[in-house]
Amino acid sequence: MQPINLTSALAAGKDLVAKVQTASGVDVKACYQCGKCSAGCPVAFAMDYTPRQVMRMLQLGLAEETIKSRAIWLCAQCETCSARCPRSLEPAKVMEALRIEAKRAGFEADDEIATFNEKFLRSVASNGRVFEAGLIVGYNMATVQPLKDAGVAPSMLAKGKLKLFPSKIRGRDVINRMFTKAEKMEADNK
Amino acid sequence: MRKVGVFVCHCGSNIAGTVDVEKVAQEAAKFPNVVFATDYKYMCSEPGQQVIKDAIKEHNLDRVVVASCSPRMHEPTFRRCIQTGGLNPYLLEMANIREHCSWVHPDKAKGTVKAIDLVRKAAAKVVKNEPLQKSSINITKRALVIGGGIAGIQVALDIADAGFPVTIVEKEPTIGGRMAQIDKTFPTLDCSACILTPKMVDAAQHPNIEIISYAEVDKVEGYVGNFDITIRKKARSVDMNKCTGCGTCWEKCPTKVDSEFDMQLGKRKAIYTPFPQAVPNKPVIDREHCLKFKTGKCGICEKVCPTGAVDFTMEDELITQQYGAIVVATGFDQFDHSVYGEYGYGKYPDVITGLHFERLVNASGPTMGKIKRPSDHKVPETVVFIKCVGSRDEAKGKTYCSRTCCMYTAKHATLMAEKVKGSKSYIFYMDVRTPGKGYEEFYKRTQGEYGAQYIRGRVSKVYPKGDKLVVRGEDSLLGRPVEIEADMVVLASAMVARSDAGDLARTLGISYDKDNFFTEAHPKLRPVETHTAGVFLAGACQGPKDIPDSVAQAGAAAAKAIGLLAKSQMETEATVSQVDESRCSGCLLCKSICPYKAIDVKIIAERVGGKTVERQVASVNKSLCQGCGACTVACRAGSLNLLGFTNEQILAEVEAVCL
Repeated sequence: MQPINLTSALAAGKDLVAKVQTASGVDVKACYQCGKCSAGCPVAFAMDYTPRQVMRMLQLGLAEETIKSRAIWLCAQCETCSARCPRSLEPAKVMEALRIEAKRAGFEADDEIATFNEKFLRSVASNGRVFEAGLIVGYNMATVQPLKDAGVAPSMLAKGKLKLFPSKIRGRDVINRMFTKAEKMEADNK
Repeated sequence: MRKVGVFVCHCGSNIAGTVDVEKVAQEAAKFPNVVFATDYKYMCSEPGQQVIKDAIKEHNLDRVVVASCSPRMHEPTFRRCIQTGGLNPYLLEMANIREHCSWVHPDKAKGTVKAIDLVRKAAAKVVKNEPLQKSSINITKRALVIGGGIAGIQVALDIADAGFPVTIVEKEPTIGGRMAQIDKTFPTLDCSACILTPKMVDAAQHPNIEIISYAEVDKVEGYVGNFDITIRKKARSVDMNKCTGCGTCWEKCPTKVDSEFDMQLGKRKAIYTPFPQAVPNKPVIDREHCLKFKTGKCGICEKVCPTGAVDFTMEDELITQQYGAIVVATGFDQFDHSVYGEYGYGKYPDVITGLHFERLVNASGPTMGKIKRPSDHKVPETVVFIKCVGSRDEAKGKTYCSRTCCMYTAKHATLMAEKVKGSKSYIFYMDVRTPGKGYEEFYKRTQGEYGAQYIRGRVSKVYPKGDKLVVRGEDSLLGRPVEIEADMVVLASAMVARSDAGDLARTLGISYDKDNFFTEAHPKLRPVETHTAGVFLAGACQGPKDIPDSVAQAGAAAAKAIGLLAKSQMETEATVSQVDESRCSGCLLCKSICPYKAIDVKIIAERVGGKTVERQVASVNKSLCQGCGACTVACRAGSLNLLGFTNEQILAEVEAVCL
């Protein structure tokens, strides 16, 4: 394992860490690395870096490694970490801020995650809410695994957990305005 | 015309770094009445003081201004200095150009202007200063110790050995405190009771010590040297003079109550002593649970008592006594972990705290020293210890480190290994802090010889699974989540201030911090004094502390109290309130407002229109007055004036700065 040159790492990562701190409102230096976030995280098992390690990397200026990580995309934003953090920090917000920075820098660790996010948002944009059946079919087709969830569909349909047709909400124009605004903000930021 | 000398201190670079001290001295020389001004590197040093003394002689000075640090620090120094220089010590004024100026202003130009203003103010005031004389009062040679834990007992023994009478007021029915609940003591593993109970007995048998248990301090009046203390002796329902402590009453009592001493893990009776070695070993009746008080029936204890000591009609008794010094040693409470949903809101019976564990492992505890978990009394094989519960947690607990938990958790793991062969202890920690004599070695033995598994990380969740508790944490050195299926979980709960600490602080007039621990007068140099003269601190009421530190602090507090009581007389402040009788209307608003009972009525005779008329005016007892100034504010006629801070002096300062 190569040693990390901390002097240059801190200097190189400074701007990105500052951006993440401003966007998330979290002072990453305040983290004392207890690991309570990672212990309670329901998806930590699948992460390449635990939430605590992500915080540590930011403390050391290794910001670019964090935005290239898979961990930030796996975070489900359940906010268990934020609720339990003894220093009242919010790792979930840091994860979110890192995702924004990752997207801006053109890093998306995983095509599947990017595809899912894209399909999810498109479903919300056209219906005003998620149409689950459409989302799953669209996602599975796009990722070339058409029959992945087919087995559970009948019983979910039977129990009314899944609908065959999308239910569209009223006031979709409001949702559209939100999307337009978000896209504009995104463009402005670039 | 007055002759004022101004002396500006550099305080090394503390002042000179941000204030142009030479310029301050040059400007000061131009102020009215100032005949001499100079600056020096350290005014408080021997040669610095010599500069002042020489100048007094050479320039025939009759007033002195020292521009340096806060008067809190060096006013006594410079008062002594000008006194040896031949002036009355009260002809000194200090301009605080350090705390009030150089330390808080980064800009040297602005800092210099402010420093000049502060000196101008002091020079204007000092012209109006008059020579003042101190008076003296007698000291009541008796000490009050509030709290009868190990700290309070040690304080009482030390003061009593020095020959002064001491009263211990203890809230519980017995002295002994937390140390009596503890099983073994780190790092030597000697039995806590074995080293504590002899001290309890020493205290009880000492001719100079009076123990008033089951009592609280109700009211504190007076001041250093002469506190008037009202003690509330709670209705014990047992006559202490008649009771022999034979124990027949609590054997026969039919009501069982969860024992506070055993952390609700065992039972006591409604008439009880908390533990067998209690001092005094005489019971109290818990009226909340006693059948006689609840239903009017029963009264068995009264019937079986061979000496007729049980008295259901007893009432709270108030006694008032005078004391010269007070030592507060009220100890600590344990943090309530029910705020942690992730640890079960305090509802899982097998998630216990450190003090619970002490009772479970103690030979006279509810399980006779056999470690059994509370839910099903099974002997736990796998025990997880979680440190920093409530400590170092600003979100749900306290910001501070409780100091004792690292060591007592290591001790618990050691006792587990000794008592339950083949058991395994896992300890979740964030840091291991062992800064005491023999502490690090003890911790190493716990890891090595006793095989405790230390895991660096904070536990995120504890949840039941069958008859086990699953503990989830991250091994942060490995960077991977870990899980342990445990039989019992022990939380190293934080030490927190007593829930009523704030009330007691207000009764005593002492200050307390954000966490309700009592505040010492100086964190380094006056660790056992409070800001209220004559009130001292010992033990964990001042902050988390282990037994060795509590005992050491108790000795220090005792030494301070003895130093006070050993004086035959005490000098009082010269800056006291003074009545201008010709202007006093005798309304006596000041009398009702004075916190030190220093103001009384006086009848004076006046000649009005050729006739002699008698009328009442206020009169200040100079020995009792503490110079707080409350009366001068209350006085409608402006006839009260605080010497050293007279209206004329204050106005001179205001004029110097504002005009």
